[in-house]
Amino acid sequence: MSATATRYQRSDFQSDQEVKWCPGCGDYTILASVQNFLATLDDVDKEKHVFVAGIGCSSRFPYYMDTYGMHTIHGRAPAFASGIATANPDLHVWVITGDGDALSIGGNHLIHALRRNVNLKILLFNNQIYGLTKGQYSPTSEVGKRTKTSPMGSIDYPFNPVSLALGAEASFVARTIDMDRNMTADILTAAYGHKGTAFIEIYQNCNVFNDKAFIQLTAKDEKVANRVYLKHGAPIVFGKDDENGIVITSTGAAIVKVADVGLDAIHVHDVNQPDPSVAFAISRLSHGPYGPTPVGVFRDVPRPTYEAEVTRQLVDAQAKQGPGDLGDLLASGGTWTVT
Amino acid sequence: MTQDTLLADPEVQHRDRIVIRFAGDSGDGMQLAGTRFTDASALFGNDLATFPSFPAEIRAPAGTVAGVSSFQIHIADFDILTPGDAPDVLVAMNPAALMANLADVEEAGLLILNSDAFNERNFAKCGYDVDPREDGTLDQYNVLSVPMEELTKLAVVDSGVRGRATLRSKNFFALGLITWMFGRTLDPITDWIDKKFGADQPVGKANTMALKAGYNYGITTDAVHYKYDVPPAKMPAGTYTNITGNKALAWGLIAAAQLAKLPLFFGSYPITPASGVLEELARQKHFGVKTFQAEDEIAAAGISVGASFAGHLAATGTSGPGVALKSETISLALMMELPLVIVNVQRAGPSTGIPTKTEQADLMSAIYGRHGESPLPVIAAASPGDAFSTAIEACRIALKYMTPVILLSDGFVANSSEPWMLPDVASLPEMPVSFATEPNGEDGEFLPYKRNEFLARPWAIPGTPGLEHRLGGLEKQVETGNVNYVPENHAAMTELRERKIAGIAKDIPPVTVEGPENGDVLVLGWGGTYGSIRAGVLRAQQAGYNSVASAHLRHLFPFPANLGSVLRSYKHVIVPELNRGQLSKLLQAEYLIPIESYPKIMGVPFKATEIQARIVATIEGDRT
Ligand code: SF4
Repeated sequence: MSATATRYQRSDFQSDQEVKWCPGCGDYTILASVQNFLATLDDVDKEKHVFVAGIGCSSRFPYYMDTYGMHTIHGRAPAFASGIATANPDLHVWVITGDGDALSIGGNHLIHALRRNVNLKILLFNNQIYGLTKGQYSPTSEVGKRTKTSPMGSIDYPFNPVSLALGAEASFVARTIDMDRNMTADILTAAYGHKGTAFIEIYQNCNVFNDKAFIQLTAKDEKVANRVYLKHGAPIVFGKDDENGIVITSTGAAIVKVADVGLDAIHVHDVNQPDPSVAFAISRLSHGPYGPTPVGVFRDVPRPTYEAEVTRQLVDAQAKQGPGDLGDLLASGGTWTVT
Repeated sequence: MTQDTLLADPEVQHRDRIVIRFAGDSGDGMQLAGTRFTDASALFGNDLATFPSFPAEIRAPAGTVAGVSSFQIHIADFDILTPGDAPDVLVAMNPAALMANLADVEEAGLLILNSDAFNERNFAKCGYDVDPREDGTLDQYNVLSVPMEELTKLAVVDSGVRGRATLRSKNFFALGLITWMFGRTLDPITDWIDKKFGADQPVGKANTMALKAGYNYGITTDAVHYKYDVPPAKMPAGTYTNITGNKALAWGLIAAAQLAKLPLFFGSYPITPASGVLEELARQKHFGVKTFQAEDEIAAAGISVGASFAGHLAATGTSGPGVALKSETISLALMMELPLVIVNVQRAGPSTGIPTKTEQADLMSAIYGRHGESPLPVIAAASPGDAFSTAIEACRIALKYMTPVILLSDGFVANSSEPWMLPDVASLPEMPVSFATEPNGEDGEFLPYKRNEFLARPWAIPGTPGLEHRLGGLEKQVETGNVNYVPENHAAMTELRERKIAGIAKDIPPVTVEGPENGDVLVLGWGGTYGSIRAGVLRAQQAGYNSVASAHLRHLFPFPANLGSVLRSYKHVIVPELNRGQLSKLLQAEYLIPIESYPKIMGVPFKATEIQARIVATIEGDRT
């Protein structure tokens, strides 16, 4: 990211449509983060960006971006986006989705986009609630949550979106928090630089239907103790004066006192590790934004993109068979002539 | 023909047409034997039509009636229209195949039986209490029992294939015998075997050896009294190929992409009987065709809409259950006004129904099967070869009117084949597409829903500077395309979408009538029933019922502009359909005239004789 970028301003990415999220919604911060980030990309013509969304509060996002965009069907954004990216690999395709959109009705499309590694940047706004339909529990709501559709408490065990993505062969997985603009900017930069599907879970506050769901990660007195920043190449330490650290044992990741084990024993984070097992273990430190919760980039490994492979096969086929000739095709099954 | 005449003339029987059915266990290679004989007959110059029939269960137990697979071919020295009503010759590789097909065989027809499979075990599996060859069951037929397995085993001894695997070549033995009976040469078949299996590979050698053994069995054995001559047909001059509907449809999409100068994108999910389209297109990557096998039907549609937004000629293929899943996405494409062709190769439903059997019961689903007011064009292919130009027509409408188009095929059109005269590629009409490149608003802004004279909106693809815009499923403001919930605007947009599609009626050919322009009976059909209806009407006319005409609809929505007046020119309008009368209902609603529905819902096509009988019954009914 260049600090002296001049080609675009944030305003170049703001559409003329009035933003209609509830006042105080975390979506505003994320919108600003994304617009600010795009304005730093001097080398990308803005008409190359396409924002694709499903249905939900977050999915109104494309209407507020002065880029190409599609507001599609509940849960299906990864499918539309995959078609756009495969048709034209020169485009930069962004998927904006939510916890209900991506993990409930659209779970199938999400996991298949991840395994295919289409060059998509998927931003999952996780507010642990259905906002647009006014407050029903979602697939990331905690067990016991009381909502209009779970008056006696939710009995649905929630997904851990980062674990899910890692299990679905994702090549890039990260987590950030709406209010942490610096971390979001860093992660957007890393995701943008990654060739293939980048999955970013963003803890997003829905102040109307699920306010303070992430309070343990945002409250002044708690966030230092609970934000476990993942930095590539550095030992994973957190808490006041970095007093706590993460070790990887045969049963998973565990929190230890650095003073007890020594800094050398603390796990050094490696986003490029081909095997996702350690990243998965780290993702299991918390099951939701409760207590010490890892944030940052979990995984960033190279793998051929789907559309590059599609293009390669077309090129190979043409090299072997020449460009297709319709007359030859029609005659390819054997012909006879009647005079 | 009686048994006596057959035996009295053991040399060569001259026939103008004949129907042959190859039947056996689904592992017996009957589809392969049938298609090879079809190609040999096509190269010989016969007109022909074929009809493969597959068991509904992939893993039905061997030797049972449920596991029987068959392939029927109708060859003739004249222009024929259907795969034939009743086989004159039945090849049955086991008792189950005989049991499943015997009732269809012409009286005094010829049964060629693989006698090695006629044993107690196999009788028990299909439910024959005693050997049907010995209890009088087959008395009214001519029976030729040939120990095909034994002879095949002996024939392939030197091929390198050993043990039970040698029996796999027995379909080629049967094919060789039939090839001899009909005076065809083996060359096209042996060439094909060499290409497919390798001339020096054991399997290739075994198949050729079995094929020749079957052929020579005919020459040298006294047992075979039957030899037929069906001369080449006098077909219009041209170059022909034998083609199935799925292949023709795939080729039509490729041709349309070339005519529109756009890359073709096909997003699909495997489903019987539509998978053949995806498979064929996946083989044609050198045309720049991008095929995308999606994770499910919904994704296949969404991916294709995405590709359309990005400027490809996009299509998706499926069958009835898949259309149900895609319907929300089709409505979105309609709202976004993006071109998209949705191919529905119909099968017997509802639900999983009978996937391998044909039906035309998705017409209402195609026209009305969406939420909201959501009109879109619907067209249907009439025959295997017709699927080529129907696919081009679907693409033409989609691109010109910026709309999804539903293209109906069916299991019969998809899998059956016919000789198809190759079109002159150079004469196919180009259908150039121009993407928007400049703002179109008075103040230099881009209005994505500003319409042209056909009420189509501009197609501005991502990557075009200055035309950034958002499409979506929410109701749009007229012209700007911005989200808009104003009541008058919703009414205006709904009407605009409706008028756009209705206007296509001015842009499609009028329906043409074959036969008298007015009279007693018009038989009106659509889709894959074309051949049966034409053949039935011709038979009625030959039988002296001259006041009968037929017409066939390619465009089902909107209807051709002259359809109402055509219908009013006949005393009776009979509409045969492989459903419970869906087109009949549409016609009655649209034109307020009585329609005589002739529904059939058995998973199989109409027989020409059924259509003929229906016509005769109507006319005779008037006379009494
Ligand atoms: S309901 Fe919640 S998520 Fe939706 S806009 Fe309002 S605050 Fe934001």
